[in-house]
Amino acid sequence: MIDVENLIKEFGPKRAVNGVSFTIRRGEILGFLGPNGAGKSTTMRMITGFFPPTSGRVRIGGHDIAEEPIAAKKLIGYLPESAPCYSDMTVNGFLRFTAELRGMRGAQIDAAVAKVAGLCFLEGVLHQSVDTLSKGYRHRTCFAQSILHDPEVLVLDEPTDGLDPNQKHEVRQIIKRMGQTKAIIFSTHILEEVEACCSRAIIIDRGTVVANGTPAELKARAETAGSVHLRVRNVAAETLKSKLGSLPVAGRVSLQDNPDGSLSARVFPRDKSTRADLSLSVAQTATQSGWSFDELHTEEGRLDDVFRAITLPDSVKNRE
Amino acid sequence: MNESLRNIWTILKRELTGYFASPVAYVFIVIFLLLNGFFTFMLGGFFELGEASLSRPFFNWHPWLYLFLVPAAGMRLWAEERRVGTLELLLTMPVTAAQAIIGKFLACWAFLALALALTFPVVGSVYYLGHPDGGAIFAGYVGSLLLAGSYLAVTVATSAITRNQVISFILSVVICFFLILAGWEPVTSLMVRWAPAGLVELVTGFSVMPHFASFQRGVIDFRDLLFFASVIVFSLFGTSVILRGLRGA
Repeated sequence: MIDVENLIKEFGPKRAVNGVSFTIRRGEILGFLGPNGAGKSTTMRMITGFFPPTSGRVRIGGHDIAEEPIAAKKLIGYLPESAPCYSDMTVNGFLRFTAELRGMRGAQIDAAVAKVAGLCFLEGVLHQSVDTLSKGYRHRTCFAQSILHDPEVLVLDEPTDGLDPNQKHEVRQIIKRMGQTKAIIFSTHILEEVEACCSRAIIIDRGTVVANGTPAELKARAETAGSVHLRVRNVAAETLKSKLGSLPVAGRVSLQDNPDGSLSARVFPRDKSTRADLSLSVAQTATQSGWSFDELHTEEGRLDDVFRAITLPDSVKNRE
Repeated sequence: MNESLRNIWTILKRELTGYFASPVAYVFIVIFLLLNGFFTFMLGGFFELGEASLSRPFFNWHPWLYLFLVPAAGMRLWAEERRVGTLELLLTMPVTAAQAIIGKFLACWAFLALALALTFPVVGSVYYLGHPDGGAIFAGYVGSLLLAGSYLAVTVATSAITRNQVISFILSVVICFFLILAGWEPVTSLMVRWAPAGLVELVTGFSVMPHFASFQRGVIDFRDLLFFASVIVFSLFGTSVILRGLRGA
Protein backbone atom coordinates (compact mmCIF):
# COMPACT_ATOMS: atom_id res chain seq x y z
CA MET A 1 0.00 0.00 0.00
CA ILE A 2 2.82 2.40 0.82
CA ASP A 3 5.79 2.41 -1.51
CA VAL A 4 8.64 4.69 -0.65
CA GLU A 5 11.47 4.80 -3.11
CA ASN A 6 14.77 6.48 -2.46
CA LEU A 7 13.32 9.57 -0.83
CA ILE A 8 15.60 12.56 -0.49
CA LYS A 9 14.73 15.88 1.08
CA GLU A 10 17.03 18.83 1.25
CA PHE A 11 16.41 22.04 3.17
CA GLY A 12 18.92 24.41 1.70
CA PRO A 13 22.34 22.80 2.14
CA LYS A 14 21.07 20.39 4.81
CA ARG A 15 19.95 16.92 3.77
CA ALA A 16 17.23 15.90 6.20
CA VAL A 17 16.30 12.63 4.53
CA ASN A 18 18.86 10.79 2.51
CA GLY A 19 17.62 7.93 0.34
CA VAL A 20 14.93 6.26 2.42
CA SER A 21 13.13 3.30 0.83
CA PHE A 22 10.62 0.84 2.23
CA THR A 23 7.30 -0.82 1.47
CA ILE A 24 4.38 -1.43 3.74
CA ARG A 25 1.78 -4.00 2.73
CA ARG A 26 -1.80 -4.24 3.84
CA GLY A 27 -1.97 -5.84 7.29
CA GLU A 28 1.42 -4.53 8.33
CA ILE A 29 2.17 -2.12 11.13
CA LEU A 30 5.51 -0.46 10.73
CA GLY A 31 7.16 1.21 13.69
CA PHE A 32 9.30 4.13 12.65
CA LEU A 33 12.10 4.78 15.11
CA GLY A 34 14.93 7.20 15.31
CA PRO A 35 16.48 9.89 17.48
CA ASN A 36 15.09 13.41 17.39
CA GLY A 37 15.94 15.13 14.15
CA ALA A 38 16.65 11.87 12.33
CA GLY A 39 14.13 12.70 9.61
CA LYS A 40 11.07 10.78 10.79
CA SER A 41 8.61 13.63 10.57
CA THR A 42 10.07 14.88 7.32
CA THR A 43 9.68 11.43 5.79
CA MET A 44 6.09 11.23 6.98
CA ARG A 45 5.36 14.67 5.62
CA MET A 46 6.60 13.50 2.24
CA ILE A 47 4.50 10.34 2.42
CA THR A 48 1.39 12.40 3.09
CA GLY A 49 2.19 14.89 0.36
CA PHE A 50 2.77 17.89 2.62
CA PHE A 51 6.40 18.21 1.58
CA PRO A 52 7.31 17.50 -2.00
CA PRO A 53 10.49 15.38 -1.97
CA THR A 54 13.69 16.74 -3.49
CA SER A 55 13.91 13.43 -5.32
CA GLY A 56 12.46 9.96 -5.06
CA ARG A 57 8.85 8.92 -5.14
CA VAL A 58 6.00 7.88 -2.88
CA ARG A 59 3.12 5.74 -4.03
CA ILE A 60 0.00 5.18 -1.98
CA GLY A 61 -2.10 2.28 -3.22
CA GLY A 62 -0.45 2.67 -6.61
CA HIS A 63 -1.09 6.43 -6.86
CA ASP A 64 1.99 8.61 -7.03
CA ILE A 65 1.55 11.34 -4.42
CA ALA A 66 3.17 13.92 -6.69
CA GLU A 67 1.23 13.05 -9.83
CA GLU A 68 -2.17 12.11 -8.43
CA PRO A 69 -2.15 13.86 -5.07
CA ILE A 70 -5.91 13.87 -4.57
CA ALA A 71 -6.38 10.17 -5.32
CA ALA A 72 -3.47 9.29 -3.04
CA LYS A 73 -4.52 11.62 -0.21
CA LYS A 74 -8.00 10.13 -0.19
CA LEU A 75 -6.49 6.84 0.95
CA ILE A 76 -4.49 8.35 3.79
CA GLY A 77 -5.39 9.19 7.34
CA TYR A 78 -2.74 11.42 8.89
CA LEU A 79 -1.98 12.49 12.41
CA PRO A 80 0.69 15.23 12.29
CA GLU A 81 3.27 15.46 15.01
CA SER A 82 1.77 18.24 17.10
CA ALA A 83 -1.81 16.96 16.57
CA PRO A 84 -3.07 20.33 15.38
CA CYS A 85 -6.79 21.15 15.55
CA TYR A 86 -8.77 24.27 14.67
CA SER A 87 -9.06 25.80 18.10
CA ASP A 88 -12.06 27.97 17.29
CA MET A 89 -14.27 24.96 16.54
CA THR A 90 -16.03 22.43 18.72
CA VAL A 91 -14.82 18.83 18.57
CA ASN A 92 -17.99 17.92 16.72
CA GLY A 93 -17.61 20.82 14.28
CA PHE A 94 -13.99 19.94 13.64
CA LEU A 95 -14.73 16.27 12.95
CA ARG A 96 -17.65 17.16 10.70
CA PHE A 97 -15.45 19.60 8.78
CA THR A 98 -12.81 16.96 8.11
CA ALA A 99 -15.54 14.45 7.21
CA GLU A 100 -16.87 16.86 4.61
CA LEU A 101 -13.42 17.40 3.17
CA ARG A 102 -13.15 13.62 2.98
CA GLY A 103 -16.20 13.70 0.73
CA MET A 104 -18.76 12.36 3.20
CA ARG A 105 -22.32 13.63 3.26
CA GLY A 106 -25.29 13.89 5.62
CA ALA A 107 -26.04 10.68 7.49
CA GLN A 108 -22.63 9.29 6.56
CA ILE A 109 -21.01 12.10 8.53
CA ASP A 110 -23.23 11.56 11.57
CA ALA A 111 -22.40 7.86 11.61
CA ALA A 112 -18.66 8.35 11.13
CA VAL A 113 -18.40 11.06 13.80
CA ALA A 114 -20.41 9.00 16.29
CA LYS A 115 -18.21 6.00 15.62
CA VAL A 116 -14.83 7.70 16.10
CA ALA A 117 -16.10 9.69 19.05
CA GLY A 118 -16.88 6.36 20.70
CA LEU A 119 -13.57 4.80 19.72
CA CYS A 120 -11.52 7.72 20.98
CA PHE A 121 -13.65 8.47 24.08
CA LEU A 122 -14.67 11.89 22.87
CA GLU A 123 -18.43 11.65 23.51
CA GLY A 124 -18.20 13.76 26.64
CA VAL A 125 -16.47 16.67 24.93
CA LEU A 126 -18.13 16.64 21.50
CA HIS A 127 -19.73 20.02 21.99
CA GLN A 128 -16.82 21.62 23.78
CA SER A 129 -14.56 24.05 21.98
CA VAL A 130 -11.17 22.58 21.07
CA ASP A 131 -9.63 25.58 22.85
CA THR A 132 -10.82 24.38 26.23
CA LEU A 133 -9.63 20.78 25.90
CA SER A 134 -6.69 19.28 27.72
CA LYS A 135 -3.74 18.08 25.66
CA GLY A 136 -4.80 14.44 25.75
CA TYR A 137 -8.26 15.22 24.45
CA ARG A 138 -6.93 17.48 21.73
CA HIS A 139 -4.55 14.76 20.70
CA ARG A 140 -7.31 12.20 20.53
CA THR A 141 -9.49 14.63 18.58
CA CYS A 142 -6.81 14.86 15.93
CA PHE A 143 -6.34 11.11 16.02
CA ALA A 144 -10.09 10.67 15.56
CA GLN A 145 -9.85 12.88 12.50
CA SER A 146 -7.25 10.57 10.99
CA ILE A 147 -9.36 7.42 11.27
CA LEU A 148 -12.69 9.09 10.53
CA HIS A 149 -12.94 7.92 6.94
CA ASP A 150 -11.65 4.43 7.70
CA PRO A 151 -8.57 4.97 5.52
CA GLU A 152 -6.55 2.25 3.83
CA VAL A 153 -3.32 3.85 4.92
CA LEU A 154 -2.61 5.41 8.30
CA VAL A 155 0.34 7.68 8.89
CA LEU A 156 0.69 8.55 12.55
CA ASP A 157 3.42 10.82 13.84
CA GLU A 158 3.88 9.97 17.52
CA PRO A 159 0.29 8.90 18.12
CA THR A 160 0.73 8.26 21.84
CA ASP A 161 2.75 11.36 22.66
CA GLY A 162 1.29 13.25 25.60
CA LEU A 163 -1.30 10.64 26.52
CA ASP A 164 -1.67 9.06 29.95
CA PRO A 165 -0.93 5.31 30.27
CA ASN A 166 -4.58 4.30 29.88
CA GLN A 167 -5.02 6.41 26.80
CA LYS A 168 -1.77 5.09 25.38
CA HIS A 169 -3.05 1.57 25.85
CA GLU A 170 -6.34 2.45 24.14
CA VAL A 171 -4.64 4.07 21.16
CA ARG A 172 -2.34 1.07 20.79
CA GLN A 173 -5.32 -1.25 20.81
CA ILE A 174 -7.00 0.78 18.08
CA ILE A 175 -3.84 0.78 16.00
CA LYS A 176 -3.43 -2.96 16.43
CA ARG A 177 -7.02 -3.65 15.47
CA MET A 178 -6.87 -1.40 12.42
CA GLY A 179 -3.53 -2.88 11.47
CA GLN A 180 -5.15 -6.18 10.58
CA THR A 181 -6.68 -4.75 7.43
CA LYS A 182 -4.67 -1.60 6.72
CA ALA A 183 -1.16 -0.43 6.12
CA ILE A 184 0.02 1.61 9.08
CA ILE A 185 3.20 3.51 9.75
CA PHE A 186 3.73 5.22 13.06
CA SER A 187 6.69 6.92 14.62
CA THR A 188 7.45 6.74 18.31
CA HIS A 189 10.13 7.11 20.93
CA ILE A 190 8.65 4.39 23.09
CA LEU A 191 10.36 1.14 22.23
CA GLU A 192 7.95 -1.11 24.15
CA GLU A 193 5.27 0.25 21.89
CA VAL A 194 7.08 -1.13 18.90
CA GLU A 195 7.35 -4.54 20.52
CA ALA A 196 3.69 -4.41 21.51
CA CYS A 197 2.13 -3.45 18.19
CA CYS A 198 4.47 -3.56 15.25
CA SER A 199 4.97 -6.33 12.79
CA ARG A 200 8.07 -4.55 11.55
CA ALA A 201 10.31 -1.74 12.65
CA ILE A 202 12.62 0.64 10.86
CA ILE A 203 15.29 2.65 12.59
CA ILE A 204 16.37 5.80 10.84
CA ASP A 205 19.36 7.88 11.77
CA ARG A 206 20.63 11.07 10.16
CA GLY A 207 18.28 10.60 7.26
CA THR A 208 19.08 7.00 6.35
CA VAL A 209 17.54 3.67 7.27
CA VAL A 210 20.00 1.87 9.54
CA ALA A 211 17.87 -1.13 10.51
CA ASN A 212 14.78 -2.78 9.08
CA GLY A 213 13.21 -5.99 10.43
CA THR A 214 10.71 -7.54 12.82
CA PRO A 215 11.08 -6.47 16.45
CA ALA A 216 12.48 -9.94 17.23
CA GLU A 217 15.09 -9.67 14.49
CA LEU A 218 16.14 -6.27 15.74
CA LYS A 219 16.38 -7.44 19.30
CA ALA A 220 18.59 -10.31 18.22
CA ARG A 221 21.10 -7.70 17.10
CA ALA A 222 21.62 -6.58 20.68
CA GLU A 223 25.00 -7.32 22.19
CA THR A 224 23.45 -9.30 25.03
CA ALA A 225 21.05 -11.23 22.80
CA GLY A 226 21.45 -15.00 23.18
CA SER A 227 23.45 -14.78 26.39
CA VAL A 228 22.33 -16.87 29.34
CA HIS A 229 21.77 -15.36 32.73
CA LEU A 230 22.24 -17.51 35.84
CA ARG A 231 21.77 -16.39 39.44
CA VAL A 232 23.23 -18.61 42.17
CA ARG A 233 23.68 -18.55 45.94
CA ASN A 234 26.61 -19.70 48.02
CA VAL A 235 28.92 -20.45 45.13
CA ALA A 236 32.46 -19.07 44.94
CA ALA A 237 33.00 -16.67 42.09
CA GLU A 238 36.11 -18.48 40.79
CA THR A 239 34.35 -21.87 40.63
CA LEU A 240 31.41 -20.35 38.84
CA LYS A 241 33.57 -18.58 36.33
CA SER A 242 35.90 -21.49 35.57
CA LYS A 243 33.14 -24.12 35.34
CA LEU A 244 30.95 -22.07 33.04
CA GLY A 245 33.89 -20.76 31.03
CA SER A 246 35.11 -24.29 30.32
CA LEU A 247 31.85 -25.30 28.60
CA PRO A 248 32.55 -25.99 24.93
CA VAL A 249 29.55 -23.91 23.83
CA ALA A 250 30.37 -20.94 26.04
CA GLY A 251 32.40 -17.89 25.23
CA ARG A 252 32.95 -14.97 27.56
CA VAL A 253 31.56 -15.12 31.11
CA SER A 254 30.91 -12.04 33.19
CA LEU A 255 30.00 -11.98 36.87
CA GLN A 256 28.12 -9.54 38.97
CA ASP A 257 27.47 -9.35 42.74
CA ASN A 258 23.89 -8.66 43.66
CA PRO A 259 22.89 -6.60 46.71
CA ASP A 260 21.16 -9.60 48.33
CA GLY A 261 24.41 -11.61 48.41
CA SER A 262 23.64 -13.76 45.40
CA LEU A 263 25.89 -13.90 42.37
CA SER A 264 24.84 -13.42 38.76
CA ALA A 265 26.70 -14.85 35.79
CA ARG A 266 26.14 -13.87 32.20
CA VAL A 267 27.41 -16.49 29.77
CA PHE A 268 27.81 -15.47 26.16
CA PRO A 269 27.69 -18.12 23.43
CA ARG A 270 31.01 -18.90 21.79
CA ASP A 271 29.53 -18.11 18.40
CA LYS A 272 26.15 -18.05 16.71
CA SER A 273 26.04 -21.84 16.19
CA THR A 274 26.26 -22.59 19.91
CA ARG A 275 23.46 -20.22 20.88
CA ALA A 276 20.73 -22.86 20.88
CA ASP A 277 22.54 -25.32 23.17
CA LEU A 278 23.89 -22.78 25.63
CA SER A 279 21.05 -22.57 28.13
CA LEU A 280 20.73 -26.34 28.37
CA SER A 281 24.48 -26.77 29.00
CA VAL A 282 24.44 -24.07 31.67
CA ALA A 283 21.44 -25.69 33.37
CA GLN A 284 23.12 -29.12 33.35
CA THR A 285 26.35 -27.74 34.76
CA ALA A 286 24.44 -26.00 37.53
CA THR A 287 22.47 -29.08 38.56
CA GLN A 288 25.47 -31.43 38.28
CA SER A 289 27.58 -29.16 40.45
CA GLY A 290 24.77 -28.96 42.97
CA TRP A 291 24.51 -25.15 42.83
CA SER A 292 21.33 -23.66 44.20
CA PHE A 293 20.11 -21.21 41.62
CA ASP A 294 16.91 -19.22 41.47
CA GLU A 295 17.11 -17.69 38.04
CA LEU A 296 18.09 -18.98 34.63
CA HIS A 297 17.01 -17.45 31.38
CA THR A 298 18.17 -16.64 27.91
CA GLU A 299 18.37 -12.94 27.11
CA GLU A 300 16.35 -11.95 24.05
CA GLY A 301 18.12 -8.69 23.75
CA ARG A 302 16.59 -5.32 24.36
CA LEU A 303 15.42 -2.93 21.69
CA ASP A 304 16.81 -0.04 23.72
CA ASP A 305 20.30 -1.49 23.46
CA VAL A 306 20.01 -2.01 19.74
CA PHE A 307 18.63 1.45 19.31
CA ARG A 308 21.45 2.99 21.30
CA ALA A 309 24.11 0.92 19.61
CA ILE A 310 22.90 1.91 16.17
CA THR A 311 22.05 5.56 16.61
CA LEU A 312 24.57 6.87 19.14
CA PRO A 313 27.38 8.80 17.49
CA ASP A 314 30.76 7.10 18.06
CA SER A 315 32.07 10.00 20.13
CA VAL A 316 29.34 9.43 22.73
CA LYS A 317 29.89 5.66 22.73
CA ASN A 318 33.60 6.09 23.45
CA ARG A 319 32.87 8.38 26.35
CA GLU A 320 30.77 5.72 28.09
CA MET B 1 -22.13 19.69 -6.99
CA ASN B 2 -18.70 19.35 -8.44
CA GLU B 3 -16.02 18.13 -6.05
CA SER B 4 -13.77 21.17 -6.11
CA LEU B 5 -16.70 23.53 -5.59
CA ARG B 6 -17.78 21.39 -2.69
CA ASN B 7 -14.34 21.61 -1.12
CA ILE B 8 -14.28 25.38 -1.57
CA TRP B 9 -17.72 25.59 0.01
CA THR B 10 -16.67 23.41 2.97
CA ILE B 11 -13.61 25.56 3.65
CA LEU B 12 -15.59 28.77 3.15
CA LYS B 13 -18.22 27.62 5.62
CA ARG B 14 -15.62 26.70 8.23
CA GLU B 15 -13.85 30.01 7.88
CA LEU B 16 -17.07 32.02 8.15
CA THR B 17 -18.34 30.14 11.20
CA GLY B 18 -14.87 30.65 12.63
CA TYR B 19 -15.36 34.42 12.37
CA PHE B 20 -18.67 34.36 14.15
CA ALA B 21 -17.61 31.85 16.79
CA SER B 22 -15.47 34.52 18.39
CA PRO B 23 -16.33 38.12 19.25
CA VAL B 24 -13.85 39.28 16.60
CA ALA B 25 -16.50 39.42 13.90
CA TYR B 26 -18.90 41.52 15.93
CA VAL B 27 -16.21 43.86 17.15
CA PHE B 28 -15.01 44.27 13.58
CA ILE B 29 -18.48 45.05 12.22
CA VAL B 30 -19.25 47.52 14.98
CA ILE B 31 -15.97 49.36 14.46
CA PHE B 32 -16.45 49.36 10.72
CA LEU B 33 -19.92 50.85 11.03
CA LEU B 34 -18.90 53.39 13.65
CA LEU B 35 -15.98 54.61 11.57
CA ASN B 36 -18.13 54.74 8.49
CA GLY B 37 -20.69 56.82 10.32
CA PHE B 38 -18.06 59.08 11.79
CA PHE B 39 -16.35 59.70 8.46
CA THR B 40 -19.56 60.19 6.55
CA PHE B 41 -21.43 62.44 8.92
CA MET B 42 -18.66 64.23 10.80
CA LEU B 43 -15.65 64.48 8.49
CA GLY B 44 -17.41 63.92 5.19
CA GLY B 45 -19.83 66.72 5.78
CA PHE B 46 -22.79 64.69 4.58
CA PHE B 47 -25.29 67.37 5.57
CA GLU B 48 -23.19 70.42 4.70
CA LEU B 49 -22.64 69.26 1.13
CA GLY B 50 -26.33 69.55 0.47
CA GLU B 51 -26.36 67.01 -2.32
CA ALA B 52 -28.13 63.66 -2.42
CA SER B 53 -25.09 61.59 -3.24
CA LEU B 54 -22.88 59.11 -1.40
CA SER B 55 -19.84 59.52 -3.60
CA ARG B 56 -17.96 62.14 -1.66
CA PRO B 57 -19.14 61.82 1.94
CA PHE B 58 -19.27 58.02 2.01
CA PHE B 59 -17.30 56.12 -0.66
CA ASN B 60 -14.44 58.60 -0.65
CA TRP B 61 -13.28 57.29 2.70
CA HIS B 62 -13.36 53.64 1.81
CA PRO B 63 -9.83 53.25 0.39
CA TRP B 64 -8.50 54.65 3.68
CA LEU B 65 -10.90 52.82 5.93
CA TYR B 66 -10.19 49.50 4.24
CA LEU B 67 -6.47 50.18 4.40
CA PHE B 68 -6.52 49.14 8.06
CA LEU B 69 -9.70 47.17 8.45
CA VAL B 70 -9.27 44.68 5.60
CA PRO B 71 -5.76 43.57 6.63
CA ALA B 72 -7.11 43.25 10.18
CA ALA B 73 -9.87 40.97 8.99
CA GLY B 74 -7.67 38.84 6.76
CA MET B 75 -4.31 38.71 8.53
CA ARG B 76 -5.07 35.48 10.35
CA LEU B 77 -6.25 33.50 7.31
CA TRP B 78 -2.98 31.64 6.68
CA ALA B 79 -0.76 32.99 9.44
CA GLU B 80 -2.90 31.29 12.06
CA GLU B 81 -2.91 28.00 10.17
CA ARG B 82 0.85 28.13 10.01
CA ARG B 83 1.25 29.04 13.68
CA VAL B 84 -1.05 26.32 14.99
CA GLY B 85 0.09 23.73 12.45
CA THR B 86 -3.34 23.08 10.95
CA LEU B 87 -1.81 24.01 7.61
CA GLU B 88 -0.31 20.53 7.55
CA LEU B 89 -3.68 19.01 8.27
CA LEU B 90 -5.47 21.07 5.64
CA LEU B 91 -2.96 20.48 2.87
CA THR B 92 -2.80 16.72 3.45
CA MET B 93 -6.57 16.48 3.02
CA PRO B 94 -7.78 15.62 -0.46
CA VAL B 95 -8.07 19.30 -1.40
CA THR B 96 -5.82 21.36 -3.60
CA ALA B 97 -4.06 24.45 -2.30
CA ALA B 98 -6.03 26.51 -4.84
CA GLN B 99 -9.33 25.31 -3.41
CA ALA B 100 -8.19 26.19 0.09
CA ILE B 101 -6.99 29.64 -0.97
CA ILE B 102 -10.19 30.44 -2.84
CA GLY B 103 -12.36 29.12 -0.02
CA LYS B 104 -10.61 31.26 2.55
CA PHE B 105 -10.60 34.32 0.34
CA LEU B 106 -14.30 34.04 -0.45
CA ALA B 107 -15.18 33.51 3.20
CA CYS B 108 -13.45 36.67 4.29
CA TRP B 109 -14.78 38.58 1.31
CA ALA B 110 -18.31 37.51 2.15
CA PHE B 111 -17.73 38.70 5.68
CA LEU B 112 -16.56 42.10 4.41
CA ALA B 113 -19.56 42.21 2.08
CA LEU B 114 -21.82 41.63 5.05
CA ALA B 115 -20.17 44.50 6.94
CA LEU B 116 -20.55 46.70 3.89
CA ALA B 117 -24.19 45.70 3.45
CA LEU B 118 -24.88 46.79 7.02
CA THR B 119 -24.17 50.38 6.00
CA PHE B 120 -27.62 50.43 4.40
CA PRO B 121 -28.92 53.12 6.79
CA VAL B 122 -26.69 55.59 4.98
CA VAL B 123 -28.47 54.76 1.74
CA GLY B 124 -31.78 55.11 3.58
CA SER B 125 -30.82 58.57 4.81
CA VAL B 126 -29.86 59.82 1.41
CA TYR B 127 -33.11 58.56 -0.08
CA TYR B 128 -35.08 60.12 2.75
CA LEU B 129 -33.43 63.48 2.29
CA GLY B 130 -33.38 63.77 -1.45
CA HIS B 131 -33.48 62.07 -4.82
CA PRO B 132 -30.14 60.39 -5.32
CA ASP B 133 -28.99 58.54 -8.42
CA GLY B 134 -29.61 54.92 -7.49
CA GLY B 135 -27.30 53.64 -10.22
CA ALA B 136 -24.40 55.66 -8.89
CA ILE B 137 -24.93 54.28 -5.38
CA PHE B 138 -25.06 50.77 -6.75
CA ALA B 139 -21.86 51.30 -8.74
CA GLY B 140 -20.24 52.79 -5.66
CA TYR B 141 -21.06 49.69 -3.64
CA VAL B 142 -19.75 47.39 -6.38
CA GLY B 143 -16.53 49.38 -6.54
CA SER B 144 -16.20 49.38 -2.76
CA LEU B 145 -16.64 45.63 -2.63
CA LEU B 146 -14.04 45.10 -5.35
CA LEU B 147 -11.68 47.46 -3.57
CA ALA B 148 -12.09 45.44 -0.37
CA GLY B 149 -11.55 42.25 -2.36
CA SER B 150 -8.29 43.57 -3.83
CA TYR B 151 -6.92 44.57 -0.43
CA LEU B 152 -8.06 41.25 0.93
CA ALA B 153 -6.28 39.27 -1.79
CA VAL B 154 -3.09 41.14 -0.94
CA THR B 155 -3.63 40.31 2.74
CA VAL B 156 -4.20 36.65 1.92
CA ALA B 157 -0.79 36.61 0.25
CA THR B 158 1.00 38.44 3.07
CA SER B 159 -0.58 36.19 5.68
CA ALA B 160 0.85 33.16 3.89
CA ILE B 161 4.34 34.62 4.15
CA THR B 162 4.52 34.54 7.94
CA ARG B 163 3.13 32.78 10.96
CA ASN B 164 2.94 36.09 12.74
CA GLN B 165 -0.33 37.93 12.26
CA VAL B 166 1.16 41.31 13.15
CA ILE B 167 3.80 41.04 10.45
CA SER B 168 1.17 39.94 8.00
CA PHE B 169 -0.94 42.96 8.93
CA ILE B 170 1.87 45.46 8.57
CA LEU B 171 3.07 44.06 5.24
CA SER B 172 -0.42 44.15 3.89
CA VAL B 173 -1.02 47.73 5.03
CA VAL B 174 2.21 48.82 3.38
CA ILE B 175 1.36 47.19 0.06
CA CYS B 176 -2.20 48.49 0.07
CA PHE B 177 -0.91 51.93 1.02
CA PHE B 178 1.24 51.82 -2.09
CA LEU B 179 -1.81 50.80 -4.14
CA ILE B 180 -3.49 53.97 -2.91
CA LEU B 181 -0.59 56.40 -3.04
CA ALA B 182 0.49 55.45 -6.55
CA GLY B 183 -2.61 57.06 -7.92
CA TRP B 184 -3.68 59.42 -5.20
CA GLU B 185 -4.15 62.85 -6.66
CA PRO B 186 -1.78 64.79 -4.31
CA VAL B 187 1.00 62.30 -5.06
CA THR B 188 0.50 62.17 -8.80
CA SER B 189 0.40 65.96 -9.06
CA LEU B 190 3.75 66.03 -7.29
CA MET B 191 5.18 63.43 -9.64
CA VAL B 192 3.99 65.15 -12.78
CA ARG B 193 6.38 68.03 -12.04
CA TRP B 194 9.54 66.00 -12.57
CA ALA B 195 8.72 62.59 -14.01
CA PRO B 196 8.05 61.89 -17.69
CA ALA B 197 4.41 61.31 -18.53
CA GLY B 198 5.03 57.64 -19.32
CA LEU B 199 6.43 56.92 -15.88
CA VAL B 200 3.60 58.73 -14.14
CA GLU B 201 1.13 56.69 -16.12
CA LEU B 202 2.95 53.44 -15.32
CA VAL B 203 2.95 54.13 -11.59
CA THR B 204 -0.64 55.28 -11.47
CA GLY B 205 -1.54 52.18 -13.44
CA PHE B 206 -0.86 50.19 -10.28
CA SER B 207 -3.18 52.25 -8.19
CA VAL B 208 -6.68 51.38 -7.14
CA MET B 209 -7.62 55.05 -6.92
CA PRO B 210 -8.47 55.97 -10.52
CA HIS B 211 -10.39 52.73 -10.94
CA PHE B 212 -12.30 53.19 -7.75
CA ALA B 213 -12.99 56.80 -8.71
CA SER B 214 -14.88 55.80 -11.80
CA PHE B 215 -17.12 53.51 -9.75
CA GLN B 216 -17.67 56.43 -7.40
CA ARG B 217 -18.84 58.51 -10.32
CA GLY B 218 -21.35 55.79 -11.08
CA VAL B 219 -19.55 54.24 -14.02
CA ILE B 220 -19.03 50.49 -14.18
CA ASP B 221 -16.36 50.12 -16.81
CA PHE B 222 -15.04 46.80 -18.02
CA ARG B 223 -11.46 48.00 -17.70
CA ASP B 224 -11.94 48.83 -14.04
CA LEU B 225 -13.52 45.47 -13.39
CA LEU B 226 -10.58 43.87 -15.16
CA PHE B 227 -8.14 45.81 -13.02
CA PHE B 228 -9.61 44.68 -9.73
CA ALA B 229 -10.05 41.13 -10.99
CA SER B 230 -6.41 40.98 -12.04
CA VAL B 231 -5.18 42.30 -8.67
CA ILE B 232 -7.23 39.60 -6.95
CA VAL B 233 -6.18 36.78 -9.28
CA PHE B 234 -2.54 37.82 -9.21
CA SER B 235 -2.43 37.99 -5.41
CA LEU B 236 -4.20 34.67 -4.95
CA PHE B 237 -1.89 33.04 -7.45
CA GLY B 238 1.02 34.57 -5.55
CA THR B 239 -0.37 32.97 -2.40
CA SER B 240 -0.25 29.53 -3.97
CA VAL B 241 3.36 30.12 -5.00
CA ILE B 242 4.22 31.19 -1.45
CA LEU B 243 2.50 28.17 0.05
CA ARG B 244 4.34 25.83 -2.30
CA GLY B 245 7.62 27.60 -1.51
CA LEU B 246 7.34 27.26 2.23
CA ARG B 247 6.87 23.52 1.89
CA GLY B 248 10.27 23.49 0.28
CA ALA B 249 9.48 22.85 -3.37
